Amino acid sequence: MKGSYIGQAWPVIVLGFFFGAALAGVHAALSPRIAANRLNDTLSQIPALIPGATRGAPMEVGNQIVYRALDADGSTVGWVLPAGGQGFADRIELLIGLDREARAITGLYVLQQNETPGLGNRITEKEFRQRFAGQSAQAPLSVVKGRVGGAGEVEAVTGATVSSQSVVGIVNGAVAQFRRERPEATP
Amino acid sequence: MSDRGNDGPTPVERFIGGLIPENPVYRQILGICPSLAVTNSMEGALTMGGAALFVLLCSNVLISLIRPLLKPHLRILIFTLTIATFVTIADRFLAAFLYDMSKQLGPYIPLIIVNCVIIARCEICASKQSVGTAAADALGQGLGFALGLMSIATVREILGFGTWFGKWLGWRVIPTAPAEVWSPWIIMILPPGAFLTLGLLLGVFNILTARRKSA
Repeated sequence: MKGSYIGQAWPVIVLGFFFGAALAGVHAALSPRIAANRLNDTLSQIPALIPGATRGAPMEVGNQIVYRALDADGSTVGWVLPAGGQGFADRIELLIGLDREARAITGLYVLQQNETPGLGNRITEKEFRQRFAGQSAQAPLSVVKGRVGGAGEVEAVTGATVSSQSVVGIVNGAVAQFRRERPEATP
Repeated sequence: MSDRGNDGPTPVERFIGGLIPENPVYRQILGICPSLAVTNSMEGALTMGGAALFVLLCSNVLISLIRPLLKPHLRILIFTLTIATFVTIADRFLAAFLYDMSKQLGPYIPLIIVNCVIIARCEICASKQSVGTAAADALGQGLGFALGLMSIATVREILGFGTWFGKWLGWRVIPTAPAEVWSPWIIMILPPGAFLTLGLLLGVFNILTARRKSA
Protein backbone atom coordinates (compact mmCIF):
# COMPACT_ATOMS: atom_id res chain seq x y z
CA MET A 1 0.00 0.00 0.00
CA LYS A 2 2.74 2.40 0.94
CA GLY A 3 4.47 2.21 -2.42
CA SER A 4 1.32 2.17 -4.55
CA TYR A 5 0.05 5.18 -6.47
CA ILE A 6 -3.03 5.53 -4.26
CA GLY A 7 -0.93 5.24 -1.11
CA GLN A 8 1.13 8.19 -2.31
CA ALA A 9 -1.54 10.32 -3.91
CA TRP A 10 -4.55 9.97 -1.59
CA PRO A 11 -4.06 13.42 0.03
CA VAL A 12 -4.24 15.02 -3.42
CA ILE A 13 -7.45 13.13 -4.26
CA VAL A 14 -9.09 13.93 -0.91
CA LEU A 15 -8.11 17.59 -1.16
CA GLY A 16 -9.40 17.71 -4.73
CA PHE A 17 -12.85 16.50 -3.64
CA PHE A 18 -12.85 18.78 -0.61
CA PHE A 19 -11.88 21.87 -2.64
CA GLY A 20 -14.36 21.02 -5.36
CA ALA A 21 -17.18 20.82 -2.83
CA ALA A 22 -16.07 24.09 -1.19
CA LEU A 23 -16.03 25.90 -4.55
CA ALA A 24 -19.44 24.52 -5.46
CA GLY A 25 -20.78 25.82 -2.14
CA VAL A 26 -19.27 29.28 -2.62
CA HIS A 27 -20.59 29.43 -6.16
CA ALA A 28 -24.10 28.40 -5.13
CA ALA A 29 -24.15 30.95 -2.31
CA LEU A 30 -22.79 33.90 -4.30
CA SER A 31 -24.04 33.43 -7.86
CA PRO A 32 -27.45 35.14 -7.31
CA ARG A 33 -25.65 38.21 -5.97
CA ILE A 34 -23.17 38.23 -8.85
CA ALA A 35 -26.04 37.90 -11.35
CA ALA A 36 -27.83 40.83 -9.67
CA ASN A 37 -24.64 42.95 -9.94
CA ARG A 38 -24.42 42.17 -13.64
CA LEU A 39 -28.08 43.04 -14.17
CA ASN A 40 -27.58 46.42 -12.47
CA ASP A 41 -24.49 47.03 -14.57
CA THR A 42 -26.47 46.15 -17.71
CA LEU A 43 -29.39 48.44 -16.87
CA SER A 44 -27.08 51.33 -15.94
CA GLN A 45 -25.36 51.14 -19.35
CA ILE A 46 -28.55 51.44 -21.41
CA PRO A 47 -28.67 55.28 -21.53
CA ALA A 48 -25.07 55.32 -22.83
CA LEU A 49 -25.75 52.66 -25.47
CA ILE A 50 -28.97 54.05 -26.94
CA PRO A 51 -29.34 57.78 -27.57
CA GLY A 52 -32.39 59.12 -25.77
CA ALA A 53 -32.98 56.05 -23.60
CA THR A 54 -33.52 56.49 -19.87
CA ARG A 55 -34.22 52.91 -18.75
CA GLY A 56 -34.60 49.36 -19.99
CA ALA A 57 -37.18 46.61 -19.65
CA PRO A 58 -36.17 42.95 -19.95
CA MET A 59 -38.01 40.94 -22.57
CA GLU A 60 -37.70 37.44 -24.00
CA VAL A 61 -37.09 37.21 -27.73
CA GLY A 62 -36.64 33.72 -29.13
CA ASN A 63 -34.66 32.00 -26.38
CA GLN A 64 -32.65 35.00 -25.21
CA ILE A 65 -33.30 37.89 -22.83
CA VAL A 66 -32.96 41.31 -24.45
CA TYR A 67 -33.65 44.78 -23.06
CA ARG A 68 -36.10 47.19 -24.63
CA ALA A 69 -34.68 50.69 -24.20
CA LEU A 70 -37.36 53.20 -23.25
CA ASP A 71 -37.26 56.98 -23.27
CA ALA A 72 -38.81 59.18 -20.58
CA ASP A 73 -42.30 58.77 -22.12
CA GLY A 74 -42.07 54.97 -22.14
CA SER A 75 -41.83 54.48 -25.90
CA THR A 76 -39.22 52.18 -27.41
CA VAL A 77 -36.11 53.93 -28.73
CA GLY A 78 -33.85 50.92 -29.22
CA TRP A 79 -32.73 47.49 -28.10
CA VAL A 80 -29.86 46.23 -25.96
CA LEU A 81 -28.72 42.67 -26.65
CA PRO A 82 -26.58 40.79 -24.13
CA ALA A 83 -24.31 38.42 -26.03
CA GLY A 84 -21.28 36.32 -25.26
CA GLY A 85 -18.73 34.01 -26.81
CA GLN A 86 -15.22 32.68 -26.55
CA GLY A 87 -12.45 35.28 -26.67
CA PHE A 88 -8.69 34.74 -26.73
CA ALA A 89 -8.38 33.78 -23.06
CA ASP A 90 -11.86 33.42 -21.63
CA ARG A 91 -15.48 34.21 -22.43
CA ILE A 92 -16.29 37.76 -23.52
CA GLU A 93 -19.71 39.13 -22.52
CA LEU A 94 -21.01 42.15 -24.42
CA LEU A 95 -23.96 44.50 -24.54
CA ILE A 96 -24.90 45.62 -28.05
CA GLY A 97 -27.08 48.68 -28.59
CA LEU A 98 -29.40 48.74 -31.64
CA ASP A 99 -31.75 51.46 -32.89
CA ARG A 100 -35.53 51.05 -32.87
CA GLU A 101 -35.78 49.23 -36.19
CA ALA A 102 -32.61 47.18 -35.52
CA ARG A 103 -31.06 48.72 -38.64
CA ALA A 104 -27.95 50.23 -37.05
CA ILE A 105 -25.65 49.58 -34.12
CA THR A 106 -25.68 52.48 -31.68
CA GLY A 107 -23.11 51.35 -29.13
CA LEU A 108 -21.12 48.53 -27.56
CA TYR A 109 -20.14 47.78 -23.97
CA VAL A 110 -17.97 45.00 -22.52
CA LEU A 111 -19.59 43.44 -19.45
CA GLN A 112 -16.91 40.86 -18.78
CA GLN A 113 -13.58 39.82 -20.27
CA ASN A 114 -10.29 38.28 -19.20
CA GLU A 115 -8.24 39.11 -22.29
CA THR A 116 -4.47 39.69 -22.23
CA PRO A 117 -3.72 42.80 -20.16
CA GLY A 118 -2.37 45.63 -22.31
CA LEU A 119 -3.40 44.03 -25.62
CA GLY A 120 -6.71 42.15 -25.73
CA ASN A 121 -8.22 43.97 -22.77
CA ARG A 122 -8.13 47.17 -24.81
CA ILE A 123 -11.43 45.99 -26.35
CA THR A 124 -13.00 47.64 -23.28
CA GLU A 125 -11.64 51.06 -24.28
CA LYS A 126 -13.94 53.64 -25.75
CA GLU A 127 -11.70 54.09 -28.78
CA PHE A 128 -12.32 50.51 -29.90
CA ARG A 129 -15.97 50.35 -28.90
CA GLN A 130 -16.75 53.54 -30.83
CA ARG A 131 -15.75 51.80 -34.06
CA PHE A 132 -19.05 49.91 -33.83
CA ALA A 133 -21.38 52.86 -33.25
CA GLY A 134 -23.18 53.93 -36.41
CA GLN A 135 -22.40 50.73 -38.33
CA SER A 136 -25.23 49.06 -40.22
CA ALA A 137 -26.78 46.08 -38.49
CA GLN A 138 -28.10 44.63 -41.75
CA ALA A 139 -24.89 42.97 -42.93
CA PRO A 140 -22.12 41.24 -40.95
CA LEU A 141 -19.16 43.42 -39.94
CA SER A 142 -15.62 42.43 -40.88
CA VAL A 143 -12.27 43.02 -39.18
CA VAL A 144 -9.50 45.00 -40.88
CA LYS A 145 -5.93 45.42 -39.65
CA GLY A 146 -3.60 48.39 -39.80
CA ARG A 147 -6.01 50.85 -41.39
CA VAL A 148 -9.08 52.77 -40.38
CA GLY A 149 -12.18 50.74 -41.20
CA GLY A 150 -14.79 52.03 -43.66
CA ALA A 151 -18.48 51.17 -43.65
CA GLY A 152 -19.02 47.62 -42.39
CA GLU A 153 -15.40 47.37 -41.26
CA VAL A 154 -13.94 47.45 -37.75
CA GLU A 155 -10.26 48.16 -37.23
CA ALA A 156 -8.71 45.51 -34.93
CA VAL A 157 -6.89 46.48 -31.74
CA THR A 158 -3.15 46.37 -32.50
CA GLY A 159 -1.70 43.08 -31.27
CA ALA A 160 -5.12 41.67 -30.40
CA THR A 161 -6.52 40.37 -33.67
CA VAL A 162 -8.11 37.31 -32.06
CA SER A 163 -9.87 39.35 -29.35
CA SER A 164 -11.11 41.85 -31.96
CA GLN A 165 -12.36 39.06 -34.23
CA SER A 166 -14.14 37.45 -31.28
CA VAL A 167 -15.96 40.68 -30.45
CA VAL A 168 -17.00 41.21 -34.07
CA GLY A 169 -18.10 37.56 -34.36
CA ILE A 170 -20.22 37.81 -31.20
CA VAL A 171 -21.79 41.07 -32.45
CA ASN A 172 -22.55 39.62 -35.90
CA GLY A 173 -24.11 36.46 -34.46
CA ALA A 174 -26.26 38.22 -31.87
CA VAL A 175 -27.46 40.96 -34.24
CA ALA A 176 -28.39 38.46 -36.97
CA GLN A 177 -30.24 36.25 -34.49
CA PHE A 178 -32.13 39.22 -33.06
CA ARG A 179 -33.11 40.50 -36.51
CA ARG A 180 -34.59 37.08 -37.34
CA GLU A 181 -36.50 36.69 -34.09
CA ARG A 182 -37.43 40.20 -33.04
CA PRO A 183 -41.10 41.07 -32.61
CA GLU A 184 -42.62 42.74 -35.66
CA ALA A 185 -44.84 45.19 -33.86
CA THR A 186 -42.89 47.49 -31.56
CA PRO A 187 -44.97 49.27 -28.95
CA MET B 1 5.73 29.24 23.08
CA SER B 2 4.93 25.87 21.59
CA ASP B 3 7.24 26.70 18.73
CA ARG B 4 10.34 26.82 20.87
CA GLY B 5 11.41 23.33 19.84
CA ASN B 6 10.88 24.09 16.12
CA ASP B 7 13.66 24.90 13.76
CA GLY B 8 13.48 28.26 12.08
CA PRO B 9 12.25 31.71 13.01
CA THR B 10 9.57 32.36 15.65
CA PRO B 11 6.11 33.76 14.74
CA VAL B 12 7.16 37.29 15.73
CA GLU B 13 10.33 37.10 13.63
CA ARG B 14 8.28 35.79 10.70
CA PHE B 15 5.72 38.61 11.03
CA ILE B 16 8.27 41.43 11.33
CA GLY B 17 10.37 39.89 8.57
CA GLY B 18 7.57 40.17 6.03
CA LEU B 19 6.90 43.84 6.71
CA ILE B 20 10.31 45.37 5.94
CA PRO B 21 13.46 43.17 6.18
CA GLU B 22 12.08 40.55 3.76
CA ASN B 23 9.40 42.70 2.10
CA PRO B 24 8.04 40.76 -0.92
CA VAL B 25 8.13 43.76 -3.27
CA TYR B 26 11.27 45.61 -2.17
CA ARG B 27 13.48 42.84 -0.79
CA GLN B 28 12.48 39.62 -2.55
CA ILE B 29 11.30 41.36 -5.77
CA LEU B 30 8.38 38.90 -5.95
CA GLY B 31 4.85 39.59 -7.15
CA ILE B 32 6.11 42.30 -9.48
CA CYS B 33 3.39 41.74 -12.10
CA PRO B 34 0.55 42.99 -9.85
CA SER B 35 2.88 45.61 -8.34
CA LEU B 36 3.15 47.14 -11.79
CA ALA B 37 -0.29 46.39 -13.17
CA VAL B 38 -2.85 47.40 -10.54
CA THR B 39 -1.07 50.26 -8.78
CA ASN B 40 -2.40 53.28 -10.67
CA SER B 41 -5.06 53.73 -8.00
CA MET B 42 -5.11 53.15 -4.25
CA GLU B 43 -8.37 51.23 -4.60
CA GLY B 44 -6.76 48.73 -6.97
CA ALA B 45 -3.70 48.35 -4.74
CA LEU B 46 -5.76 47.87 -1.58
CA THR B 47 -8.10 45.33 -3.22
CA MET B 48 -5.19 43.36 -4.67
CA GLY B 49 -3.32 43.53 -1.34
CA GLY B 50 -6.38 42.36 0.58
CA ALA B 51 -7.10 39.49 -1.83
CA ALA B 52 -3.46 38.34 -1.75
CA LEU B 53 -3.42 38.55 2.07
CA PHE B 54 -6.58 36.41 2.27
CA VAL B 55 -5.18 33.77 -0.11
CA LEU B 56 -1.79 33.80 1.63
CA LEU B 57 -3.30 33.38 5.09
CA CYS B 58 -5.71 30.58 4.11
CA SER B 59 -3.12 28.69 2.06
CA ASN B 60 -0.40 28.98 4.71
CA VAL B 61 -2.71 27.77 7.50
CA LEU B 62 -4.07 24.86 5.47
CA ILE B 63 -0.65 23.74 4.21
CA SER B 64 0.75 23.94 7.73
CA LEU B 65 -2.14 21.79 9.04
CA ILE B 66 -1.56 19.04 6.48
CA ARG B 67 2.25 19.29 6.46
CA PRO B 68 2.79 15.71 7.82
CA LEU B 69 0.99 14.40 4.71
CA LEU B 70 3.11 16.29 2.19
CA LYS B 71 5.30 14.11 -0.01
CA PRO B 72 8.33 15.79 -1.55
CA HIS B 73 7.31 15.03 -5.15
CA LEU B 74 3.62 15.92 -4.64
CA ARG B 75 3.98 19.06 -2.53
CA ILE B 76 4.00 21.59 -5.40
CA LEU B 77 0.81 20.00 -6.77
CA ILE B 78 -0.89 20.36 -3.39
CA PHE B 79 0.33 23.98 -3.01
CA THR B 80 -1.05 24.89 -6.42
CA LEU B 81 -4.38 23.16 -5.79
CA THR B 82 -4.78 24.95 -2.45
CA ILE B 83 -3.81 28.37 -3.80
CA ALA B 84 -6.07 28.04 -6.85
CA THR B 85 -9.05 27.16 -4.63
CA PHE B 86 -8.64 30.16 -2.34
CA VAL B 87 -8.01 32.50 -5.29
CA THR B 88 -11.27 31.36 -6.90
CA ILE B 89 -13.11 31.97 -3.62
CA ALA B 90 -11.57 35.48 -3.36
CA ASP B 91 -12.49 36.18 -7.00
CA ARG B 92 -16.16 35.18 -6.46
CA PHE B 93 -16.39 37.26 -3.27
CA LEU B 94 -15.05 40.33 -5.07
CA ALA B 95 -17.52 39.80 -7.93
CA ALA B 96 -20.36 39.59 -5.40
CA PHE B 97 -19.42 42.39 -3.00
CA LEU B 98 -16.97 44.69 -4.83
CA TYR B 99 -18.25 44.36 -8.38
CA ASP B 100 -16.59 47.54 -9.68
CA MET B 101 -13.17 46.54 -8.36
CA SER B 102 -13.64 43.03 -9.69
CA LYS B 103 -14.27 44.48 -13.15
CA GLN B 104 -11.42 46.98 -12.91
CA LEU B 105 -8.87 44.35 -11.83
CA GLY B 106 -10.22 41.87 -14.41
CA PRO B 107 -7.79 38.98 -14.90
CA TYR B 108 -5.35 40.13 -12.21
CA ILE B 109 -7.39 38.55 -9.40
CA PRO B 110 -7.38 35.06 -11.01
CA LEU B 111 -3.68 35.65 -11.72
CA ILE B 112 -2.95 35.66 -7.95
CA ILE B 113 -2.72 31.89 -8.51
CA VAL B 114 0.70 32.43 -10.12
CA ASN B 115 1.87 35.05 -7.61
CA CYS B 116 5.26 33.70 -6.47
CA VAL B 117 4.95 35.27 -3.01
CA ILE B 118 2.30 32.73 -2.01
CA ILE B 119 3.91 29.53 -3.26
CA ALA B 120 7.22 30.75 -1.82
CA ARG B 121 5.69 31.14 1.66
CA CYS B 122 4.08 27.67 1.43
CA GLU B 123 7.48 26.22 0.57
CA ILE B 124 9.67 28.27 2.93
CA CYS B 125 7.45 28.47 6.00
CA ALA B 126 4.07 26.70 6.00
CA SER B 127 5.27 23.26 4.90
CA LYS B 128 7.89 23.25 7.68
CA GLN B 129 6.49 25.19 10.65
CA SER B 130 3.46 25.14 12.96
CA VAL B 131 0.09 26.76 12.24
CA GLY B 132 0.75 29.79 14.46
CA THR B 133 4.07 30.56 12.81
CA ALA B 134 2.58 30.01 9.34
CA ALA B 135 -0.30 32.41 10.10
CA ALA B 136 2.08 35.07 11.47
CA ASP B 137 4.28 34.62 8.41
CA ALA B 138 1.27 35.03 6.09
CA LEU B 139 0.11 38.18 7.90
CA GLY B 140 3.60 39.72 7.78
CA GLN B 141 4.22 38.88 4.13
CA GLY B 142 0.67 39.80 3.11
CA LEU B 143 0.80 43.17 4.85
CA GLY B 144 4.31 43.73 3.48
CA PHE B 145 3.02 43.03 -0.04
CA ALA B 146 0.04 45.36 0.48
CA LEU B 147 2.36 48.09 1.81
CA GLY B 148 4.58 47.65 -1.25
CA LEU B 149 1.60 48.00 -3.61
CA MET B 150 0.16 50.97 -1.72
CA SER B 151 3.47 52.87 -1.65
CA ILE B 152 3.72 52.58 -5.44
CA ALA B 153 0.02 53.46 -5.86
CA THR B 154 0.39 56.54 -3.63
CA VAL B 155 3.04 58.04 -5.91
CA ARG B 156 1.24 57.06 -9.12
CA GLU B 157 -2.27 58.15 -8.16
CA ILE B 158 -1.18 61.50 -6.70
CA LEU B 159 0.98 62.43 -9.69
CA GLY B 160 -1.27 60.81 -12.31
CA PHE B 161 -4.74 61.84 -11.10
CA GLY B 162 -3.99 64.39 -8.35
CA THR B 163 -6.05 62.31 -5.89
CA TRP B 164 -5.55 59.74 -3.13
CA PHE B 165 -8.32 57.13 -2.78
CA GLY B 166 -10.06 59.29 -5.39
CA LYS B 167 -12.80 56.79 -6.28
CA TRP B 168 -13.82 55.73 -2.77
CA LEU B 169 -13.12 58.81 -0.65
CA GLY B 170 -12.64 61.55 -3.24
CA TRP B 171 -9.55 63.01 -1.54
CA ARG B 172 -7.89 65.55 -3.82
CA VAL B 173 -4.20 66.08 -3.03
CA ILE B 174 -3.18 68.38 -5.88
CA PRO B 175 -5.86 71.03 -6.49
CA THR B 176 -7.19 71.23 -10.03
CA ALA B 177 -5.30 74.02 -11.73
CA PRO B 178 -5.11 75.58 -15.20
CA ALA B 179 -3.02 73.49 -17.59
CA GLU B 180 -0.15 76.03 -17.65
CA VAL B 181 0.28 75.76 -13.84
CA TRP B 182 -0.10 72.00 -13.32
CA SER B 183 -1.50 69.15 -15.34
CA PRO B 184 -1.63 65.51 -14.18
CA TRP B 185 1.23 63.32 -15.36
CA ILE B 186 -0.66 60.90 -17.62
CA ILE B 187 2.46 58.74 -17.93
CA MET B 188 2.17 57.80 -14.23
CA ILE B 189 -1.18 56.11 -14.91
CA LEU B 190 0.26 54.19 -17.86
CA PRO B 191 2.64 51.18 -17.60
CA PRO B 192 5.88 53.25 -17.93
CA GLY B 193 4.90 55.15 -14.78
CA ALA B 194 4.73 51.84 -12.92
CA PHE B 195 8.28 50.87 -13.92
CA LEU B 196 9.66 54.35 -13.13
CA THR B 197 7.98 54.44 -9.70
CA LEU B 198 9.00 50.91 -8.74
CA GLY B 199 12.60 51.58 -9.82
CA LEU B 200 12.87 54.86 -7.92
CA LEU B 201 11.23 53.49 -4.74
CA LEU B 202 13.47 50.41 -4.88
CA GLY B 203 16.47 52.77 -5.13
CA VAL B 204 15.28 54.81 -2.13
CA PHE B 205 14.71 51.59 -0.16
CA ASN B 206 18.24 50.38 -0.98
CA ILE B 207 19.84 53.72 0.00
CA LEU B 208 18.02 53.72 3.35
CA THR B 209 19.06 50.12 4.12
CA ALA B 210 22.68 50.78 3.11
CA ARG B 211 22.81 53.87 5.37
CA ARG B 212 21.40 51.90 8.30
CA LYS B 213 23.98 49.15 7.80
CA SER B 214 26.96 51.51 7.61
CA ALA B 215 25.78 53.63 10.56
